[in-house]
Amino acid sequence: MPWIDRRLQARKARRERRAAGLAAAYDPGRERRAEQRARELLKSCVNEEEWAMYRDLGFLRVWGAQSRPQGARELEGVDYAYIVYPHKPIVAYLPQTGQLLNEYCVEFPDETGPYGSPRLPDSDDVLAKWMALKGDERRLISEANLHLPGRQVDTKQVQRDLWRLGQWERERLARAARTAASERSSRRAETADG
Amino acid sequence: MKFLRMRPGYGEQLIAEGDPAIADDEQRLVEEFRRQLDQGMWAAIPTAAADGRREAQMVHAFEEIPQGTGRVIFFPRAAGGAR
Repeated sequence: MPWIDRRLQARKARRERRAAGLAAAYDPGRERRAEQRARELLKSCVNEEEWAMYRDLGFLRVWGAQSRPQGARELEGVDYAYIVYPHKPIVAYLPQTGQLLNEYCVEFPDETGPYGSPRLPDSDDVLAKWMALKGDERRLISEANLHLPGRQVDTKQVQRDLWRLGQWERERLARAARTAASERSSRRAETADG
Repeated sequence: MKFLRMRPGYGEQLIAEGDPAIADDEQRLVEEFRRQLDQGMWAAIPTAAADGRREAQMVHAFEEIPQGTGRVIFFPRAAGGAR
């Protein structure tokens, strides 16, 4: 039966590659450990707010460095930002209106991948995009395939994520204000006691 | 200074470490830096400003690495994704 033959041949090839030291043995926890390492690295590179955003919402917002995006004269001087998802296109949008501008489809394939897949762990993919946007936005964007919004990432999902981001920022601000107020009142109480 | 490389299925891996002020270490780091770029990697240095802002600087040659840099992160170069 051809299906069984194919499976047996693939199994034999895997065994030979393993015996020759060319392939790592199957390890079900590898991807999880890789992702944990990647999260630690990401956390050490971005600031506290960005880390909390990624941890809580699953994406990062990166502000655009050039307020004059190429090819869009009507956007001169307008602030723009990117939503960076793991292993999905980068979505550019206008924070003031929530208007989605473009999808930039970009990958970081490592063809030398020692464990078969050329895909980086999720958090490494996000960190690679973050570093490339921060370090050389123009170069990254020029390498990416440009599409209109909705090509790969559902526009409704992005709109929902932007709404979640707004809520998250408001809650964070409110929490910070409450903490500052309680610190002020405890300082006042200490001064009165002293 | 540490050179870290992102690896699929692994996370980051320490690929070289040394003190650029020591000639032997510097030579080793220079060679490793070139090897990584030859393999198609991009190199970035995460930086922290005094006001808490975090940035990243892309470097294209070993000489561009600022003094006192603690780590350089190598990752596969970007390629346009699904058409």
